[in-house]
Amino acid sequence: MLIDYLPIFLMVAAATGLAYFILALGSLVRPSNPYSEKNRPYECGVDHSGDASGGLFRVQFFVVAILFVVFDVEAMFLFPWAVVLQDIGFIGYLEMFVFIFLLLVGYVYAWAKGALEWEA
Amino acid sequence: MDKQLIIQSIIASSPEIIMIVGACLLLLGSVFPMHRLGSWLTVTSLVIILVAAFIALLLIDSPQSVYGDSFVVDPFALFFKAVILLAASLTILMSGQYLESENIVEGEYYVLILLATAGMMIMVSGQDLLVIYMGLELQALSFYVLVGYRRRVLQSNEAALKYVILGAVSSGIFLYGLSLIYGLTGTTQLGQMATVLSTSTTPDLMIVLAIIFMVVGLAFKVGAVPMHMWVPDVYEGAPTPITAFLSVGSKAAAFAILLRIFLEAMTPLAEIWTDIVILIAVATMALGSFVALVQTNIKRMLAYSSIAHAGFALLGFIAGSESGIASVMLYLLIYTFMNFGLFAVVILMQKEGAGRDQIDSYTGLATVHPRWALLTLIFLFSLAGIPPTAGFFAKFYILLALIEQGYVILAVIAVLLSAVAAYFYIRIVMLMYMKEPLHPFSLSRSSSLNLVLVITGIGTVGIGLAPDWFLEQAQRALFLGQTINSSTIIP
Repeated sequence: MLIDYLPIFLMVAAATGLAYFILALGSLVRPSNPYSEKNRPYECGVDHSGDASGGLFRVQFFVVAILFVVFDVEAMFLFPWAVVLQDIGFIGYLEMFVFIFLLLVGYVYAWAKGALEWEA
Repeated sequence: MDKQLIIQSIIASSPEIIMIVGACLLLLGSVFPMHRLGSWLTVTSLVIILVAAFIALLLIDSPQSVYGDSFVVDPFALFFKAVILLAASLTILMSGQYLESENIVEGEYYVLILLATAGMMIMVSGQDLLVIYMGLELQALSFYVLVGYRRRVLQSNEAALKYVILGAVSSGIFLYGLSLIYGLTGTTQLGQMATVLSTSTTPDLMIVLAIIFMVVGLAFKVGAVPMHMWVPDVYEGAPTPITAFLSVGSKAAAFAILLRIFLEAMTPLAEIWTDIVILIAVATMALGSFVALVQTNIKRMLAYSSIAHAGFALLGFIAGSESGIASVMLYLLIYTFMNFGLFAVVILMQKEGAGRDQIDSYTGLATVHPRWALLTLIFLFSLAGIPPTAGFFAKFYILLALIEQGYVILAVIAVLLSAVAAYFYIRIVMLMYMKEPLHPFSLSRSSSLNLVLVITGIGTVGIGLAPDWFLEQAQRALFLGQTINSSTIIP
């Protein structure tokens, strides 16, 4: 029934309300002193290239994002594997090493090609 | 799955495993700076391909279906694997010198070729829609990068971008078709699908939609009209060896899954898809033949010629009988030889600058280099389908299969359109033999390119001299294939 979802609705409402409340409170309390340095987009403390909202950003972020996804997926794979390790036996144990080997090849390649270096 | 089954599966798929592991090791090896990197990469990748081919050959006596019936090693798959591995090794042999002249000798190029090859091998062995799709994507992703490999050339970038976007759309359409089929039959395994489809009586609208989506997705991969628009641009922009590989390997693999999916699982629905494919085939042959007439760039001309050839091969698929399938298989084998031969000639003649790859640059070749001109003549005659070259028999057997099945009008149309197509092949022969050279020729020769020309030349002439034997091999591959698949290939 729809009423069963009431806790979820309350949760969303509370979260939204809290966000607006904090923002409103902040704008009432804080001093307002904008200047150009402060209004620049924030890119991990590195000088930005172009306007981030226009879709322009440093290509290194893209490389880092791809590498992150790869290892994120690895972690996502490792959790269910660890849970069912007892049932899948020795071959299931070995199969994860195949997967990790392939990732490792990619990692070594990325490292050797300097994808992990940050060229400012 | 118990241990025995898993080990059996690993053995059955060992050629693919060797290709992938070999590609990984090659990738790691190419990271180290090294003297004569180009020849090391060529030799190593050829060794990997030869080992994989040798093991695939050992598997020929033990047809089997492994990984829970989702991966099948039957003579049909092995025939296509042989064609694909042949194409891959010819590509690698052709590449060495080309990469040096373009200044892009890099390990990634060879690694991507190996991965694309592995993807195609998985495709042709796939007995489950998901495995087929996985192989399809592996080869497609590798090709997206390979097409754009001349990074500093704007044309190559354009080709890669077009190929990525259109390829992604077509993969999406194909995948949508697969999901509809899964929803309707409750299985992705081809054998089970055939059982389900043959018991259901009235085909509903959903299944028509699903088939249209799958035909569209696969028609894109073989470059058939109206999904052909990417072919000329991609073929022109890609590095020439990759163009050859794309036109042969990728097409052969796409035909293999077309034959497997439609003639193995979807035969009960033949009345739905036959008309669609007939229309596509005729339109493809017509457009390919007529548009090629006005091309001035040889790579674009070959792109349209490959569209026309895809249309012709689709005719064998329409015939659908045992002889029809065997004729498609033989066609693809012969096409591998003659097309690679002509692309090797294109690399041989490649010039720097604006007049690059122009058909005019072949003018008067016979007076200066009679031997190369003769070889080019053989490849061109074969592509046009003039006896006694192999290309004639490729077309002949397809026409024979068509007439056997009663598609006489289609056969007549096919013959008329290949007469049109003959014109643009013969035009190059005329330029080579009947005119004086306009410019001095600077051939970019190398020993590996010579080897490619010799192999393809022998293949083109050899199959032309003994076509029966090769057709018999293709037919035998099919006949054995029937014994292990629970579902029949032939209605």
